[in-house]
Amino acid sequence: MIEIEGITKRYEETTVVDDVSMVIEPRTLCVIVGTSGSGKTTLLRMINRLVEPTAGVIRLDGNDNRSLPGYELRRSIGYAIQGHGLFPHRTVAQNIATVPVLLGWDKARIKARVDELMTLYQLDPDAYGPRYPHELSGGQQQRVGVARALAAEPNVLLMDEPFGALDPIIRNKAQEDLLAIQKRFGTTIILVTHDMEEAVHMGDKIAVMDAGKLVQYAKPAEILAKPASAFVETLVGASEKPFRLLSLGRVRDAVEKGTAEGEAIPGDASQRDALAELLWSGRPALPVKGEDGKPLGRVTVDGLVKRAARPA
Amino acid sequence: MRIRFDKLGVVIAAIAAYAAFLAPFATFRANRIVPGEARSILEALPTTAGPILLAILVAGALIALLKTPLVLRLGASVVALAALAILIGVAGSFLTPVGNTFARVSPASGFWLLIFAFTLLLADVLTRLNPSPWARVGVLVVAAVAIGLLLISGQWNSLSILKEYANRADSFWAEGSKHITLALGSLAVAAVVGLPLGILCHRVEKLRAGVLNVLNIIQTIPSIALFGLLIAPLGWVATHVPGAAELGIRGIGTAPAFVALFLYSLLPVVANTVVGLAGVPRAANDAARGMGMTDRQRLFGVEFPLAFPVILTGIRIVLVQNIGLATIAALIGGGGFGVFVFQGVGQTAMDLVLLGAVPTVALAFVAAIILDAVIEMTATKRRVETA
Repeated sequence: MIEIEGITKRYEETTVVDDVSMVIEPRTLCVIVGTSGSGKTTLLRMINRLVEPTAGVIRLDGNDNRSLPGYELRRSIGYAIQGHGLFPHRTVAQNIATVPVLLGWDKARIKARVDELMTLYQLDPDAYGPRYPHELSGGQQQRVGVARALAAEPNVLLMDEPFGALDPIIRNKAQEDLLAIQKRFGTTIILVTHDMEEAVHMGDKIAVMDAGKLVQYAKPAEILAKPASAFVETLVGASEKPFRLLSLGRVRDAVEKGTAEGEAIPGDASQRDALAELLWSGRPALPVKGEDGKPLGRVTVDGLVKRAARPA
Repeated sequence: MRIRFDKLGVVIAAIAAYAAFLAPFATFRANRIVPGEARSILEALPTTAGPILLAILVAGALIALLKTPLVLRLGASVVALAALAILIGVAGSFLTPVGNTFARVSPASGFWLLIFAFTLLLADVLTRLNPSPWARVGVLVVAAVAIGLLLISGQWNSLSILKEYANRADSFWAEGSKHITLALGSLAVAAVVGLPLGILCHRVEKLRAGVLNVLNIIQTIPSIALFGLLIAPLGWVATHVPGAAELGIRGIGTAPAFVALFLYSLLPVVANTVVGLAGVPRAANDAARGMGMTDRQRLFGVEFPLAFPVILTGIRIVLVQNIGLATIAALIGGGGFGVFVFQGVGQTAMDLVLLGAVPTVALAFVAAIILDAVIEMTATKRRVETA
C-alpha cells in the first residue's frame, strides 16, 4: 500500500505539486493522468525520491520512504521511463541485471532471473541476451526496459509514460503484456500518462492531475460517469465518453440469450469492439463464444447502446 | 575500353612526374654547412639502379593515374616507397667519395616529394580498404619494423642525417626520452587534473563557463610567451619554497616547459570531458538514478563509459599537440628533440634540424594512429544512441 499524504513540491515560487493526498491499494494499477506540466511526473518521482518533496509524507507499506537512503529505496522500487533509458554500452542481459547486480545477488541467481524475464517477454535469452540495445527494435527495447525494472522482483513499479514512444500496434501489445504481468506478479503499478484512453484501459483507479492539484481520484467508470470538474470532462473527451465506458466492459458481461448469424466474437473482447463490429457489419446481433469455443449467447446493438448510456 | 582517370591519382602522378624528372633527388655537399649541389636520380644512382628506380616510379605513377584495382594500387605504393627508401641509401654511398668523412649526402626535394606522393597513394588505398582498427595498427607495426630494419642494416648510414646521428647518438636518445617524458608526463598530469575538473564542470553549471574561458585564454597565449611568463613565478618558487629547487624547479629548464605543456593540455581534456558527459543520453542517466545507482556508480558505470570515446579524442588532440609543442621546450633549456632543431638552425645545418624534426613528426604520427584506433575500438562497442 502506498499512502501519499499532503505532498507538495515547490521550486522557488512555482508550486509543481500542491498538497496531494491519495492511497494506492496493493496489487492494483493506478494511472496518474494529466496534461504536461500538471505535476504528474514530479509526483511519481517523489515516490522513489528522485525528487524530494517540500512538504508531506509518502509511506510504502506503512514505512516512511525517507527511512532508507534514496538509492537503497530506489533499488526496491521498479522504475521504467519513456524512451526506455537502456544503457547503450551494456548488453541486454547486463541491462536487465542492473538492479540485481547493485543488490549483490550471486551470478547464478541473476542469470536465472534474467533468463526468466527474457522468456516472459518473448526474447530468446541466448539470442538477445548478448546483443546491445541499439540492435533491438523499439518494441523490444521497451520490453527490455520493463523487464529491467522488474528484475529485482519489486513490489512497486513506477512507470513514466512507458509506452509513449511506441507505435499504436506495439503499444496495445505492450499494454496487454503489462496487465498480464501485473496479474502474475501482483505488482503495485503506478503509471503516468497523458493519454486518457490508456488510463481508462489500464487503470484500476485513475488520478487526474491539473496544475499540481489532484482533481479526481476514482475508478475509471466513475471518472467517465461523474467527472469532478470541467477539466476532467475535457480530458475524458465528451464525444468519446460512451465508447470509453463500453471499452471498460467485456462482451461476456453483456451477453443476452438467443442466437445470431455470422462469426462469433470471443467473450473477453471489449464491448466497444463488439459494438464497432455490429455497426460496421450492419447487423443487429452477434454470437458470442467462450474461451472453449462454445456459444455463450449473443450481444445486440440495443443492449450495448443501453450500456453506453451515462450510469445512474 | 575507355581510359578513366583517378582524381587523386592525377595529382599524385603530376607530383611524381615533377619530382622524378625535374626536381633533385639528392644533395651533395663537400661538408655539412656549405650549400649543396643537386643530383638527379640518374646522377645520384649507379648505372643500373637509376633507370630501374625511374621505371618503378613511372609504373607507380601510371597505376595511380588510371582507375586500377585497389590491390594493384597498394602494391604500387608499397613497392615505390620501398625502392625509394632503399635507393636513397645507395645514392648516399654512391655519391660519397671513398674515405671522405666530411662530405654529406642528403635527400633533396625530389625524394621528399616522391615519398609524399606515394604515401598519399598508400593512405588513399588504406582509407578505401577501410581496415579495422587492429589492421591499421598492424600496418603501422609493419612499417615501423621495415624502417627499423633499414636503420639497423646500415643501409642509410651514408646519409647526412644518420651521420649527424652518429655524432650525437648518446644525446639523441637522452633528448628523445626527455621529449617523450615532457609530452606524456604533462599529458598524464593534465588527465589527472583535467578529468575531475571536467566532471566538476559538468556537475556544477556555474563553474563551467568560467573554467572553460580561463583555459581558452591560456590556449591562445603563444608558447614562447607562456614560457617567458612562467620564468618569474617558477624562479620565485625555486628560491622561496624549500625543496623546490632540489626537485628541479627553476625559472628555465624542464619545469616551465612541463608546466606550459600541462596548461595547454588542460583545455582539450576538460572541454572534451564536459562535452562527453553532456552527450550521455538523459534517459540513461535518469534510469541509472531511478534504479538506485549511487552518484559514484552512475559516474563510473554509465556516464564515464559513454563519454569515454569523446574524452579519448581530447587526449589524442593533447598527445599529438604536446609531441609537437615539446620541440619548443629546447628554447628555454627544457631539452627534447627541439635541441637538435635549434642547434641545426644556429649552425645552418639542415641535416641536424631534420634529426630533431623527423623523429618528432614520426612520434606524433604514430601516436595519432594508435589513439585513433583505440578510440574507434571503444566507440564501436559503446555506440551511443540519441535516446
